[in-house]
Amino acid sequence: MAQSKDEVLAGLAALVNDETGVPAESVVFGKSFADDLDIDSISMMTIVVNAEEQFGVKIPDDKVSELKTVDDAVNYIVSAQS
Amino acid sequence: MTTIVVTGIGATSCLGGNARDTWEALLRRESGIRLLTEEWVETHELPVKFAGRVKVPASEVLERIEVKRLDPSAQLAVIAAREAWADAGAPTDPKERVLVDFATGIGGLNTLLDAWDVLKEKGPRRVLPMTIPMLMPNAAAAAISMDLQTRGGARTCVSACASGTESIANAVDHLRAGIADVVICGGTESVIHPLPIAAFAAMHALSTRNDDPAGASRPYDRDRDGFVLGEGAAVLILETKEHAEARGAKIYAEIAGGSVSSDAHHITAPDPEGNGAARAVLDALTDAGVTPNDVNYINAHATSTPVGDIAEYTALHRVFGDRIKQIPVSATKSATGHLLGGTGALEAMFTVLSVHEKIAAPTLNLDNQDEAIPLDVVIEPRALPDSIVAISNSFGFGGHNAVIVVKSI
Repeated sequence: MAQSKDEVLAGLAALVNDETGVPAESVVFGKSFADDLDIDSISMMTIVVNAEEQFGVKIPDDKVSELKTVDDAVNYIVSAQS
Repeated sequence: MTTIVVTGIGATSCLGGNARDTWEALLRRESGIRLLTEEWVETHELPVKFAGRVKVPASEVLERIEVKRLDPSAQLAVIAAREAWADAGAPTDPKERVLVDFATGIGGLNTLLDAWDVLKEKGPRRVLPMTIPMLMPNAAAAAISMDLQTRGGARTCVSACASGTESIANAVDHLRAGIADVVICGGTESVIHPLPIAAFAAMHALSTRNDDPAGASRPYDRDRDGFVLGEGAAVLILETKEHAEARGAKIYAEIAGGSVSSDAHHITAPDPEGNGAARAVLDALTDAGVTPNDVNYINAHATSTPVGDIAEYTALHRVFGDRIKQIPVSATKSATGHLLGGTGALEAMFTVLSVHEKIAAPTLNLDNQDEAIPLDVVIEPRALPDSIVAISNSFGFGGHNAVIVVKSI
């Protein structure tokens, strides 16, 4: 079932925090995973694996590299859910 | 020859969450061996239902993310290494001159088996990307190196149950060769999981004394029936005496020498003639510049297996002759169980503390000493002389023999 952007953001922020220790409140729209949140590629891959499970979506490998910002990820998940 | 000394110690074991607690529990003759409470014991109908789990779980010490990103064996290694480094006064040498030589017997087995379960149950997309970095055998050495930011090489020493002692012998070599100014050595193991328990039990290597876990590890006892699996990590910080004195470090003891030999006899059974083990003892003593007559304390390997305990006695008799009956011997696996790749390191730490505090560690559960093994086994903690020359032995599957010589300083 599709969630709202805010619900997905909250879920994603919790995942990022769980995987990397980055505070959940730092994971906001407008932030870039690599440049702003200092999340390396292996952490990103792990977040994707967990996000697929949590949000019930599939995020193909070739799409992952396009998800550079929090917005990219949230928008992708919301549209994949619907 | 350069004098190599121990300036820091750290540990986490079934007796305590740090070196001091572990040591004091040992001296109080406590056992860390308990029944396992995990459901998988019954689910898999394991024939052995007890082990020596660490007393303080890593999750109570490390940050959550450290626990997530490290296999349990590496978690324990980091805990012990941090303690040892702090105990040594956090040496300020350039990190390129700090070397890690760290042991494990089996490595990231929990990660490996958990990931295999995930693959089977949920498919490849659910296998976590950190699986390989966590399961690789060098993970503990790498974790220590990254945590303490050392850059002088992070070597992994693997020789089954001889690993931990071999890592200390390596550390001595590295310092003598001048390739490092400080060496972080030791070992870790955390494989209390259905598969290794079933596998060791399949070899009839484990005690099945399920009705008396604390009494199961009984080296030299007539009724010993196998070893008890333990987990934990121990770390020693080694440097030259000159280096230690220059920076005002406290010194516990000297690691005067070490030696490693191989039996080339059988993949699991020790050479019953004790030739390889005896040679490792003799070569270690020669390396330390002492003779068998100088030795006045032994921390034995003594796993509590029917075959192993007697093979070690045979080797010791080969070296020391009948004088072996007068040398106090401690079999500390009676309290800690067998930490496999970590055991040599924990026992080295016990030997160092014995030498430093002049007290021989007790041996538990020796109710009826095997008449074929007429050693002077230390039962209650016993005072040692002022000047001590001790050996600590470790022997591993594959015919690996490693011995270090620890001396009063």
